[in-house]
Amino acid sequence: MAVFEVLVEVTLRPGIADPQGATIERSLPQLGVSGVSGVRVGKAIRLTVEAPDEGEARRLVHDLCTRFLTNPVIEDATLTVAAVGIA
Amino acid sequence: MSATIGVVVFPGSNCEHDVAEAVTGLGATARLVFHKETSLGGLDAVVLPGGFAHGDYLRPGAIARFSPIMAAVERFAADGGPVVGICNGFQVLCEAGLLPGALQKNRGLAFLCLEVGLETVSERSALTLGVPAGTRLRVPINHFEGCYTASDEVLAHLAEHDQVVVRYTANPNGSAADIAGISNQAGNVVGLMPHPERASHHLLGSEDGNVLLAALLQRAGQPTTSVPA
Repeated sequence: MAVFEVLVEVTLRPGIADPQGATIERSLPQLGVSGVSGVRVGKAIRLTVEAPDEGEARRLVHDLCTRFLTNPVIEDATLTVAAVGIA
Repeated sequence: MSATIGVVVFPGSNCEHDVAEAVTGLGATARLVFHKETSLGGLDAVVLPGGFAHGDYLRPGAIARFSPIMAAVERFAADGGPVVGICNGFQVLCEAGLLPGALQKNRGLAFLCLEVGLETVSERSALTLGVPAGTRLRVPINHFEGCYTASDEVLAHLAEHDQVVVRYTANPNGSAADIAGISNQAGNVVGLMPHPERASHHLLGSEDGNVLLAALLQRAGQPTTSVPA
């Protein structure tokens, strides 16, 4: 079995209000920062997965995202998979 | 024979005794049901109370929906039994797919702990059975993630099938269509953010929550086969 490190980035779906992102964005002028917009807040989940190949690792984590790690009503996930060794 | 109301206790629930006290005050028998139990035998209705089940880690309700008792709750609901989720319990029911939509962080990002005005809508849900539409109630809310969110299609479906149970008279948290509580299409599964058990005695400042809890007890006393599909 190969070992993969998977980064799951959970973000609010387009069109879903993000009050955290909006609040951060509104505070930027106070820091003297301009030219920054589109602030969206999400979360990152890191997993170590044993699987025969990258496709299988990706399928397993995608399934976890659908059933558990995200709420598909309001959230999307993007996966980044890196092979790190052999189990 | 008084109705027996089960109140599910997840690790992190904190309103179970309030619910038990409120329904006992109305003449029902309350039984606390630990989340690792697997049966709801002998119960006439089930309440998922407020709190922070499993610490609200990942998302409110996301881990609680996989607690062993939830399979029994799903069967109980499918058989037409009355199931009510209050606050965190509403979030659990949405995560479990027993109710549509999701609860997001409040617009404005304030944790809201205050009494709000409500207006009942449906007259057939497990929590508003026989309560005339438009009944005004004062009931407390106590939440950070209570902004009801659903697609336009789901919101239209809720309105069309009489699934809106209570609305806010002054929207405190940005909920779509001022929604404070909804039911499934059959009306036997209800979720709401306000806490009727905290408005169940004049010493608490309001007894209006008893209107909703009394409707639940009345519904709990009926055979489940009378629930329209």
